[in-house]
Amino acid sequence: MTRSRRSGARHWLRTGALGVVALIWLFPYLWMGLTSLKPLTEIVSSPTALWPKQPTLDAYRAVFRSLTLARYFFNTSVMALGIAALQITLALPAGYALAKLRFRGRSWAFGLIVATLLVPAQVRFVPVFSLLAGVGLVNTLSGLILPFGVSALGTFLVRQALLSVPDSQIEAARIDGASELYIVYRLLAPLLRPTLVSLFLFSFVSHWNDYFWPLVLTTDEHARTLPLAIALLREQGTGVRWHIVMAGNVLLSLPALAVFAAAQRHLLRAVTVRGFGG
Amino acid sequence: MRASRRGDPYWMLLPTLLLLFVFFIFPLGMLFEHSLFSWDLLTPPRYVGLANYRSLWRSGELWHTFATTLSISSAVVFGSMTAGLALALLLDRPGRWAAFVRSAVFSAYVVSWVSVGLLFLWLLDADSGILAALWRFLSHGRAPRFLADPALAPWAVAAVTIWKITGYALVIFLSGLQDVPQSILEAAELDGASAARRFRSVTWPLLRPTTLFVATTSLIASFQLFDVVRVMTQGGPVRSTTVFVYAIYEQLFLDLRVGRASAEAVVFFGILLVLTAAQLWLFRAEEGV
Repeated sequence: MTRSRRSGARHWLRTGALGVVALIWLFPYLWMGLTSLKPLTEIVSSPTALWPKQPTLDAYRAVFRSLTLARYFFNTSVMALGIAALQITLALPAGYALAKLRFRGRSWAFGLIVATLLVPAQVRFVPVFSLLAGVGLVNTLSGLILPFGVSALGTFLVRQALLSVPDSQIEAARIDGASELYIVYRLLAPLLRPTLVSLFLFSFVSHWNDYFWPLVLTTDEHARTLPLAIALLREQGTGVRWHIVMAGNVLLSLPALAVFAAAQRHLLRAVTVRGFGG
Repeated sequence: MRASRRGDPYWMLLPTLLLLFVFFIFPLGMLFEHSLFSWDLLTPPRYVGLANYRSLWRSGELWHTFATTLSISSAVVFGSMTAGLALALLLDRPGRWAAFVRSAVFSAYVVSWVSVGLLFLWLLDADSGILAALWRFLSHGRAPRFLADPALAPWAVAAVTIWKITGYALVIFLSGLQDVPQSILEAAELDGASAARRFRSVTWPLLRPTTLFVATTSLIASFQLFDVVRVMTQGGPVRSTTVFVYAIYEQLFLDLRVGRASAEAVVFFGILLVLTAAQLWLFRAEEGV
């Protein structure tokens, strides 16, 4: 009797603690959404009132007026999709060669790929900037995509996954007359589906969110991406107009949160595999 | 396995190796070279030897940047690991509510740094931010200006970072907890061990490799902090949040000092290598036990 009452109390204590945790992590999003629906007068007069008295979409209209959002959405999507697709397209044949083929210089190539894991974007941006400036690729989408075209980690993970595919399966395909390209993209890629989906989504989300590289490599409108544009919204003297900044912030974070809601399992997998693989 | 044709492995690796060479290896060489020059991107570079390194050292800038980065990183690692472990212990059970809370915490890891930075800039706003209002309500006094006070700004940046990356620690700790055998915990409970004792004698020792992993990866990651600083404080007030990457960025794009920026990037790279080597060494030692 006392035992069950005590475990009952413990149950409620735990549920309460979890409620507080949920509040700490979810309230900021709620506050972002609510702020974005307030008119300027309410932001000024009662900034900490929870609900907007007269909810309005004015802030969103203001964001659309002051930014060429369509272009930023386009740039960001092309960049993130381009990087994710290129990384997977290149990781497959490279991972296959490293996992399955015997050739001179293999361990050397593998060592080189693993070694580049040690060079983060935050170290190489100084020379890469002057390199791309030299060939006129600053302010272009290619300049944003190419430096991330290869994911050393992706190549490594594809190689690890391919190690567990039996050689006999590949040999059988060769006997049937399949070319190496067919083997890589038509036979092996479907077998690696879960790994590839996780890699693709993780890469897409991280580059959709990326601020550092586009900040360094774009100096004007042309190739600017969404995170930059939204951050500029704040810098361009919006002053107290926080409802506009928050409306922009909703537009920036919704796609990432949507991918998260739809594919949480894959992203979790990417993080844990990334963790123990790399 | 043999390749069908001898050239096959080479062209399959060619695009990967080419891009790695152009965007990783070659730039590293350039970085070292540039660090020996004085160059403003406009006039021709001038060879100055190790002068850039000397001036970074003598001006105290290097030390200041290192100390700032290290203190913010330490706070981030300690905070996100403690919170991540506590939440993992709380959430290590089936049920929708636990799954929901786990998703809520992890979602912050998926949202962009810009979003998080802007969001907390607004929450922490000294005049109209809701956290400042809450502070005033609870303390009946004035709320501190978290981002304008050099004594507080680094901790504010660290706190925001902890909020953002605790989901990572949580997820890794949760998967580490899967490896703690339930049978040992149950046996300990039958022997009358309290929950605290079970954690100290069973769970904690078995989680050691996971803890080590989370600690080293988050330390290396938080050394590379930039976005949240750029969005929230621009390195200030009075350089109290000028972490390494921000300092390098500032040298290059605001001061146009390529040589000095390169020298600082070389030092930064060296520090990251030392941290990674330490990480590998720790894991090697751990496996040897």
